[in-house]
Amino acid sequence: MAKKDKNLPEVKSALQQPNGDPSMKPDHGLLIHRIVCYVVLTFFSILCLFFFYILIINSTREHNEITAGFSLIPGVSFVNNFVSAVTDATIPVVRGIINSLIIAGSSAILSIYFSAMTAYAIHVYDFKGKKFMFNFILIIMTIPTQLSALGLFTMCTDWHIRDTFIPLIVPSVAAPTVFFFMIQYMKSSLPLDIIEAARIDGSGEFRTFNTIVLPILKPALAVQAIFSFVASWNNYFVPGLILDSTENKTLPIMIAQLRGADFLKFDLGKVYMFIFIAIVPVMIVYFCLSKFIIAGVAVGGVKE
Amino acid sequence: MAQQVAVEKAPTPKKKGGGIGKYKKWGYIFMIPFTVVFLVFQAWPLIQTFYYSVFEYFRSGLDYIGPNFVGLDNFASIFDFSKVNIFGLTYNTLVMWAIGFIPQIIISLLFAYWFTNVRLRLKCLGLFKTIIYMPNLIMASAFAMLIFSIFSDIGPVNDIIKIFNNGEPFRFLDYTYSTMGLVGLMNFMMWFGNTTILLMAAMMGINESVIEAAEIDGANSGQIFWKITLPLIRPILVYVLITSLIGGLQMYDVPQILTNGTGGPNFTTRTLIMYLSSNISGNPNYGLAGAISVVIFIICAALSLIVYYGFAADKTSREANKAAKAALKAEKRRGV
Repeated sequence: MAKKDKNLPEVKSALQQPNGDPSMKPDHGLLIHRIVCYVVLTFFSILCLFFFYILIINSTREHNEITAGFSLIPGVSFVNNFVSAVTDATIPVVRGIINSLIIAGSSAILSIYFSAMTAYAIHVYDFKGKKFMFNFILIIMTIPTQLSALGLFTMCTDWHIRDTFIPLIVPSVAAPTVFFFMIQYMKSSLPLDIIEAARIDGSGEFRTFNTIVLPILKPALAVQAIFSFVASWNNYFVPGLILDSTENKTLPIMIAQLRGADFLKFDLGKVYMFIFIAIVPVMIVYFCLSKFIIAGVAVGGVKE
Repeated sequence: MAQQVAVEKAPTPKKKGGGIGKYKKWGYIFMIPFTVVFLVFQAWPLIQTFYYSVFEYFRSGLDYIGPNFVGLDNFASIFDFSKVNIFGLTYNTLVMWAIGFIPQIIISLLFAYWFTNVRLRLKCLGLFKTIIYMPNLIMASAFAMLIFSIFSDIGPVNDIIKIFNNGEPFRFLDYTYSTMGLVGLMNFMMWFGNTTILLMAAMMGINESVIEAAEIDGANSGQIFWKITLPLIRPILVYVLITSLIGGLQMYDVPQILTNGTGGPNFTTRTLIMYLSSNISGNPNYGLAGAISVVIFIICAALSLIVYYGFAADKTSREANKAAKAALKAEKRRGV
């Protein structure tokens, strides 16, 4: 998909050239237009990267250097800042990373597996109420999760599962957006003959799903795993309500705590390092996988 | 994230394998996990939320008062101008949303148009797309903290301002407009890449021959953009607008972290969800929290309906596309 995106305009223009119209259009106008495009695009790209550049620079500088003034050149205190951040007593960031990894990892796995299963049910089987279920899931997709937060909060208190990871992990089984992506993917890439063939070979329905269907869905599963992981990793609202004790807090809650602390008295090198820890790993993973991720965004949109 | 997924019309009925009766039950079995978890962790909490909206139930000191049934008193309270009311909160939320959204839609339209423009043939599109989408995946709370640090009195931005302002920093968070501006800037940065990619996908779906025909007829690129591209992607624009609006109504992380939960200065940047959150965990008043949830729910439901109507209009634009193609054919026949 990403490949197609990139090549499409070029292919089309290559096709156009034999028609021989460059001579008809004044080329310098096009050139100016192109230059304007590049300038504007570069400006916004720099805007996107600028704040993160400052973050990376400042995470390598000492508190005194940071307060003394702004610099574009990295310092040498990266390791010092890192050590002082991970050993901080009030904000146990390592614990936060582990908690966030557990929650985001399990959420991602649950949401892709069960959304694929739900989509499979609707795509492959004919049963009463299937159309209703499909429309129903589309409708609940538009309900903001924040609106059930109060009920979730009181329910978890009543059931004594507050301050545990259960209310943060288990709900990902019912992820309408992932379901929707999966069913779109199945429509385009899951031939029903394969399922028929597996049945003739005597494979049970569960086995067919797990060993034959899931491998076919791998590209879609991977993209949605990334999105689910990131969404859960970044989630602040619900964990902020549910998790109370220090050893259960996730990374975004710790960042919020950082804001609550008296900022000016903090070691700024350490503050930037905390933010660095929360942001930069995701950025690195993103730049490695950006092709798939961007293709996934485009597919999520409506295509004709 | 909500922005990524489009709403689709009901699938056309298909004849498929699995119609054989003995496999039918597997459809139900495979639906069980989703249904059960949805009922327990989403539907039931939502019902409870609605239930609390008609009860007096709050904490006073260490004791909880209620729950006592009070009818619509909570709703009367959030619509009461003399107290914290939903109009003020909605106003704050929508202004901050608009500050981000207006530049977002303009820039995204422009970029999507450039990226899909055959004549321009821009290079490095993959790189630009990668960079502008990147802020969308950043943890909003950490991004807000980063912006707070950078725009704080001792941050790099004020280092520069101090040079021109006799050593005095500009306190961004002391003024409503600058606080809202920062929130809008962050929302803009986080979403314009996403919107660009969605609009690009829509623009690539436009039939190339329609645009070529307009070029042959002597339309300039401005006319093509306003008279052809824009009307043809109208459904997607409606979709982007409404999903962004629904997302905007849920605005929480960025202003919460930036203002340290105060919604300052003087509560002028407190959003609907910030108020909801403070009534659940800060100074609990479940009745008010429930009532505000119900109101937001109704607003979101109404907006979602517009999306469906927006997609009903999709049909008209497809017809427009068809009509344009027919006109093109007729023109060719006439030998233009």
